[in-house]
Amino acid sequence: MPAIKSLEDLKRIREEALEKRKVKTESGVAQVTVAMGTCGIAAGARDTMKAILSYIETNNVSGVIVTQTGCIGMCEREPIVQVTIGEQPKVTYGKVTPDIAERIMKEHVQAGKTVSEFVVPA
Amino acid sequence: MREIALHLLDIAENSVAANAHMIVMMVCEDLHRDRLTASVTDDGKGMDADMMSKVSDPFITSRTTRKVGLGIPLLKAAAEACTGGLTIRSQVGKGTRLEVDFQHSHIDRMPLGDLAGTLLTLVVAYPQIRFVFEYTAVADKGVPREQFIFDTQPIVAELGDIPLTEPEVLAFLRETIDGGITQAQAALNQ
Repeated sequence: MPAIKSLEDLKRIREEALEKRKVKTESGVAQVTVAMGTCGIAAGARDTMKAILSYIETNNVSGVIVTQTGCIGMCEREPIVQVTIGEQPKVTYGKVTPDIAERIMKEHVQAGKTVSEFVVPA
Repeated sequence: MREIALHLLDIAENSVAANAHMIVMMVCEDLHRDRLTASVTDDGKGMDADMMSKVSDPFITSRTTRKVGLGIPLLKAAAEACTGGLTIRSQVGKGTRLEVDFQHSHIDRMPLGDLAGTLLTLVVAYPQIRFVFEYTAVADKGVPREQFIFDTQPIVAELGDIPLTEPEVLAFLRETIDGGITQAQAALNQ
């Protein structure tokens, strides 16, 4: 398999994704935000981010928006991940290792159940 | 921070905070000249002379300037410890260019680290920003010289309104970036 893929592959990917979107029901978009300030990065936020992306890829999870934010003033609790599902209030998680990130993806983003033991009180 | 790639992520986050529309990240491992150089260039809001004088000083940083807190001073110190250095050029309204350079073989040089991870993280999180990434590897004898160039613009244009976080797109991005860097890096072992 060639290591570098072409834009032709991308065309196919786009068509597949559009097809899937038709089937998908609107259950409210999930947004996952990783804090990526200097403090977050030093605490391992990039690996947390990679774990989230890898979870999406491996488990074929569609319709999740992954984004980043800067330092939110809780440097001692980094890496911080925030999850918002549809209109529900934002949930902030602290000290999110790649393993915990996977649990958040599985239990909260996919199943809708907050992983309470890692929630940072607002 | 234990990797140059993590520092580059940190620097690129500054560009994002400066409202850049385009960020160019270049990394060059040149075994012939024994240098490892990297730069991040953006078209963000830039800095005035006053701000420029502060970015390398960790202790002047306040809440409003926390984006340039410890990141730059730490990277500067790391480069200077490896017979290298860090320079920043910036113009208000035009953008900022940060360049850092290390002696490649220096015993204290931190590893380049997971460049692909840094790039993937940025590309996916900020789809509205155009990222251009260029990695160059130059072998001991000066040849071969391999290069990997990655530009998000044609990809985003092709995908239209399909988010980059769709699993198939993620796989495409990861394989393209990972594969491209690994292929170019092979030049270093020749």
